[in-house]
Amino acid sequence: MSERILMKGNEAVGEAAVRAGCRLYFGYPITPASEIAEYMAYRLPQVGGTFVQAESEVSAVNMVYGAAAAGKYAMTASSSPGFSLMQEAISYMAGAEVPAVLVNVVRGGPGLGDIQPAQSDYFQMTKGGGHGDYRLLVFAPYTIQEVVNLMPTAYELAFKYRNPVVLALDGLIGQMMEAVEFTDFRNPDEIPIPEWAVSGKFRHGGKKNINTSLDLIPEKLEAHNWKLQKKYSEIEEKETRFSYFGVDNPETLVVAYGTVARVAMSALKKLLNAGRSIGILRPITLWPFPKQALAEKARHAKRIVVLEMSSGQMIEDVKLSVFDPNKQYEFYGHPGGVTFTPTEIEEYLVRG
Amino acid sequence: MKVVYERPKTLEKVTNHYCPGCHHGILHALIAEVLDEMGLAEKAVGVAPVGCAVLAYNYLDIDWIEAPHGRAVAIATGIKLAHPDVLVFTYQGDGDAAAIGLAETMYGAIRGVNVTTFLYNNAIYGMTGGQMAPTTLLGMKTTTSPYGRDAKREGYPLKMAETIALQGGTAFSARTALFNPKMIMETKKRIRQVFELQMKGAGFTFLEVVGTCPTNWGMSPVDATKFAETEMVKTFPLGVYKELKEVE
Ligand SMILES: Cc1ncc(C[n+]2csc(CCOP(=O)(O)OP(=O)(O)O)c2C)c(N)n1
Ligand code: SF4
Repeated sequence: MSERILMKGNEAVGEAAVRAGCRLYFGYPITPASEIAEYMAYRLPQVGGTFVQAESEVSAVNMVYGAAAAGKYAMTASSSPGFSLMQEAISYMAGAEVPAVLVNVVRGGPGLGDIQPAQSDYFQMTKGGGHGDYRLLVFAPYTIQEVVNLMPTAYELAFKYRNPVVLALDGLIGQMMEAVEFTDFRNPDEIPIPEWAVSGKFRHGGKKNINTSLDLIPEKLEAHNWKLQKKYSEIEEKETRFSYFGVDNPETLVVAYGTVARVAMSALKKLLNAGRSIGILRPITLWPFPKQALAEKARHAKRIVVLEMSSGQMIEDVKLSVFDPNKQYEFYGHPGGVTFTPTEIEEYLVRG
Repeated sequence: MKVVYERPKTLEKVTNHYCPGCHHGILHALIAEVLDEMGLAEKAVGVAPVGCAVLAYNYLDIDWIEAPHGRAVAIATGIKLAHPDVLVFTYQGDGDAAAIGLAETMYGAIRGVNVTTFLYNNAIYGMTGGQMAPTTLLGMKTTTSPYGRDAKREGYPLKMAETIALQGGTAFSARTALFNPKMIMETKKRIRQVFELQMKGAGFTFLEVVGTCPTNWGMSPVDATKFAETEMVKTFPLGVYKELKEVE
């Protein structure tokens, strides 16, 4: 049974996590992500969960680390500067193979930047923003409904692959209201505590579990890192997601994700109605990046237009995926919190 | 023949990496003994620090997690909320708990998180080779206070047991040491006390243990133990600073 509720994006993030089985939330206020913490502070006690306002994002993410290493669905959310602070622990979690769902409601940077929607944390989220060789599965939903639909998947994949998963939003998705359809509640008591969890030996047959990212023997650490890379290859193979809208072999291929894709969609509809040979590829996972799909869609394209609310980050992956120097790559972006308008995108695509 | 001393079951049968005369090993053994006596090893989760005790997880036969530098209490908070029925303790050095992780440690006490922190105070950064710690004594020479710690330049030693005792969520805070058999027994008694308090849900329990670092103090094991007994305790007086008698 499902329910349709009118909700603000950030609140929907919280409700979706609760329904997915998350009962532990650790957060620190920051605009434009604070409503997620506020919602959880109000909501979790109603369902027997716990909300903790941490003393910093550093603490918040380490509390998630502890809870997740103990085998539970936990969550934290923040916005860019706070997400930067979490990078050390995220690297540890990737190394120690601790699953968690982390939300980044991206805002304009660098530095304190502003509080408007942005996509300038693409590098930070997809390239391993912390130290060492690691990857995060990064989902970039473009509607509140998609946020809600992806939430259970985010937890499932985090635990399946024992790896942190990021939901990359922006202030626009966080702040807007939409009627969303929610799925049923997953009973957290029915989510098994994994064998590997540090939860007391009595829970897993009396043999001790050690959760660590340390290995002082370089050959052993190398072997561990190759194991991680193998896992990342498997994720690339099985979990890459994207959507495509437009003609089959477009002359102009637009690439955009999140809010930008949403705005671009209405421009695309107009241009398609006018008979243009155009299409938009929207990565749903920023990592793994939909390389193959993009290369295929770009095969006959002359123009490849990358739209981002940044000064051009994803475009690097677009170029690497298409890998053809004879194409015309165009970047059109807004770094700093300015949002695109549909007309602006339409005009740009017509004008070139 | 009557067995007077037995290796605690929970203490792994491996040689540890601690230097001769280092008190980390004694503290490990005491924690293991108390876990055995209380029958809690199956239910315990240890949080190892970044510092000389980073490999503590190899020495006690319980579940362990190795935390980022300073974040042990935050990690412990997550574990305890995930499984309120387990005994959670952090084992940290002074740099870990009182410098980079001061906020996390303090908030354990402020929030009254029902976990235990063992702070091994050796007045120095052992693992990284003898740099100044928040607990370095005035006048003490370290590699980053080569002229001796001068309060005007490097500030004052941080008294954690006293500071933690001031916080509302603290159920217990004390400072003990390991420089003679009597103090070792006292420390053991306090370990039992903090574990009992945690099992009753009392709140944050904190045991600072004055230890040694013969290697980075540049002393023999005997001299280091003597230094702990005569010099360390002047800045870090032993005693109980807060003790909840009644647990609701
Ligand atoms: C973020 C970070 N900064 C610095 C270090 C280097 N480091 C490792 S251990 C340590 C200090 C250890 O001293 P202490 O906590 O007093 O423990 P001890 O080794 O004396 O037992 C430092 C600074 C690190 N591992 N991570
Ligand atoms: S360096 Fe110091 S604290 Fe570390 S093991 Fe050696 S004596 Fe102990």
